[in-house]
Amino acid sequence: MRLRLEPGMVIDGFTLVEHLNTGGMAQIWSVTREGDETAEKESIGSIPKPGSTFGSDALVMKFPMLIDSDDPIPIVCFETEQMIMPRLSGRHVPRFIAAGPLDPQAYIVMERIQGQSLKARLKDVPLPWQEVVAIGAKVARALHELHLQKVIHLDVKPSNIMFRETGEAVLVDFGFSRHEQLPDLLAEEFREPFGTTPYMAPEQVLEDRADPRSDLFALGVMLYFFVTGERPFGTPKGGQIRRRLWRDPVPPRALNPECPPWLQEIILRCLEVDPNDRYATAAQLALDLEHPEQVRLTERAQRLERDSGLQTFRRWLKARNAKPLETPNIVGQLSRAPIVLAAIDLSPGNEDLVEAQRVLIERILSTDSQARLSCVNVLKLSRIAVDVLEDEEGRSLHVQRLVQLKHWGAALDVPKERVTYSVLEATDPAAAIIDYARHNHVDHIVIGARAASALRRYLGSVSSQVVAEAPCSVTVVRAPREKPEIP
Amino acid sequence: MLIALLTDIHGNREAFSAVLAHARALSVDRFILLGDYVGYGADPAWVVDTVRTLVDEGAVALMGNHDDAIDGSDEDMNPIAREAIRWTRGQLGMEQRAFLADLPLIHEEGNVLYVHANGFAPRGWHYITDVIEATRHFSRIEAHITFCGHVHVPMLYHMSTTAKVGSFSPVSDNEIPLLPTRTWLAVIGAVGQPRDSVPAANYAVYDTAQQSLRYFRVPYDNMTAARKVREAGLPDILAQRLEEGR
Repeated sequence: MRLRLEPGMVIDGFTLVEHLNTGGMAQIWSVTREGDETAEKESIGSIPKPGSTFGSDALVMKFPMLIDSDDPIPIVCFETEQMIMPRLSGRHVPRFIAAGPLDPQAYIVMERIQGQSLKARLKDVPLPWQEVVAIGAKVARALHELHLQKVIHLDVKPSNIMFRETGEAVLVDFGFSRHEQLPDLLAEEFREPFGTTPYMAPEQVLEDRADPRSDLFALGVMLYFFVTGERPFGTPKGGQIRRRLWRDPVPPRALNPECPPWLQEIILRCLEVDPNDRYATAAQLALDLEHPEQVRLTERAQRLERDSGLQTFRRWLKARNAKPLETPNIVGQLSRAPIVLAAIDLSPGNEDLVEAQRVLIERILSTDSQARLSCVNVLKLSRIAVDVLEDEEGRSLHVQRLVQLKHWGAALDVPKERVTYSVLEATDPAAAIIDYARHNHVDHIVIGARAASALRRYLGSVSSQVVAEAPCSVTVVRAPREKPEIP
Repeated sequence: MLIALLTDIHGNREAFSAVLAHARALSVDRFILLGDYVGYGADPAWVVDTVRTLVDEGAVALMGNHDDAIDGSDEDMNPIAREAIRWTRGQLGMEQRAFLADLPLIHEEGNVLYVHANGFAPRGWHYITDVIEATRHFSRIEAHITFCGHVHVPMLYHMSTTAKVGSFSPVSDNEIPLLPTRTWLAVIGAVGQPRDSVPAANYAVYDTAQQSLRYFRVPYDNMTAARKVREAGLPDILAQRLEEGR
């Protein structure tokens, strides 16, 4: 049986307050909880994540729309969401509170994310490209956090993206999602592609639900739509969905000349048919969106027309033989494409050390062919004095450092498009490196350490602080022939 | 309540001890053993005595086809299993044999069914090796969740409200919610004779409060277990299986 939902109704200790909206497959109500933390009886997986220090206490209850009971998809989507949501954590997803079975009424209770989804911005497209870039970077970071939790969203679109008051993007609706370590109920029950047709990646059209880069394609569709006001593949139906396997979209700059070439480069790279031609990870995409001056421009950036008939025909031939992947390897995809941070200290007398770092970094990047390298140098500011950030000749110290850093990086045997350079200005170099690593989802820090000395033991070194506090693996490099000081 | 589910121990003392220690470290509340305590391995008497002690302490132990063959017929078995059963008979005393002969075939608690091979013909010993056999089970069994062994390789089958059956190959130490909207058939892998090219012992823990299932792989001293099989004069292939987990 199904309940008739009305304000004031109590379900498993949650009181319905207001009907907020009705989506394609669900109704969302705001709810309050009796006695707040305690009343969670007879619900599955109902233990809230401890230590949640963000977000509000406001809750919503989501009910699947099972009105047309001939269609089993909404039920299976709801089961999928009930399985996956309790496993998720972090600021980029709504906090899970409780779930209830189908009888008498299926539901999921979760944290209420205030405000509206990105769908509310659709009436204003095209948006200023600067805003599109900011949205893209936030959504890419949220997707990377999700992928790290072994989940592919598979329905990235404006109505499934919200924002916290603190600015982070929040992904909602995991009804089509895939968890690498849980049964994929959708694929097992149905033989058809799932997703929202304008946003669906080519491999999803081929019923492949195993590649995290499908989410990057959908994000590319969204960025394209926001910057041009048009959807790259329209709103196709039926067999027309397959056209994206061979027909490339009109380049964004042909529709909106204000779109910078580097943004077109990023968007078209997201929209590549072969996932191997897209960004390897969402973190790498976010890195490019936040460092536009370092985006490596290819022919994609200059394109103003679609590909010729011959190229399209070749892709059409290839698409006829495309086969889906068997099993997902989300963690594997992410681990093949790490972001490596090289913390480089360019002080005089440090030449042996930075050379040793260069050798090690080349070795790391040669084994991980999709790795990205972030070269970072810290311009240390004084805590007390007003810093003079120019030298005697009035040259910016920041620019000088960047020039030196790029000079160091030029000697690396690594393709330029895989390297970014940043000079951070900070009073506390270790904290600056750690913040940078956290914000950019860095997987591995390579930092140099000079030989131990009594003074350094007393003051504490940058490298030891980084080792202690970094959110990822850290390799500490020493110059090979450096001899310890003899007292 | 946490229930440890163990099956197909097959006289493997080293694997059984390692799994019991692992489960006790997780503070499980109960043990339910799904059968096949003997056959193949070199320590059937020790394994049967340990199972008897567990039963005295409140565990449930069901009968498997190898246990059934000790006092019954071994004619349906393959030649190697038959040779192992004939060797095993000589290792067990009267009390141990009586214990095995008296074991129940099924155990039910609420809408959860425990059985060695399958729900539709427990003593026919049919294997649930694919979705077709799982569908056969689901079509005849009302239970919301069924736990069985017999196949030696872990697998989780599930049926939706529209009677579509799917299968999922579980990874170790990963909590899977057994949604109330589905019907579940969980095949637990073998403690004492893994066959999926991973030599580590299998077992699983069912959390009745959370309605979730966690499959585990427990590494154990399989080389010692294999050496004892050879020393007992059992077929060499049985030692190789333990060494390679296949």
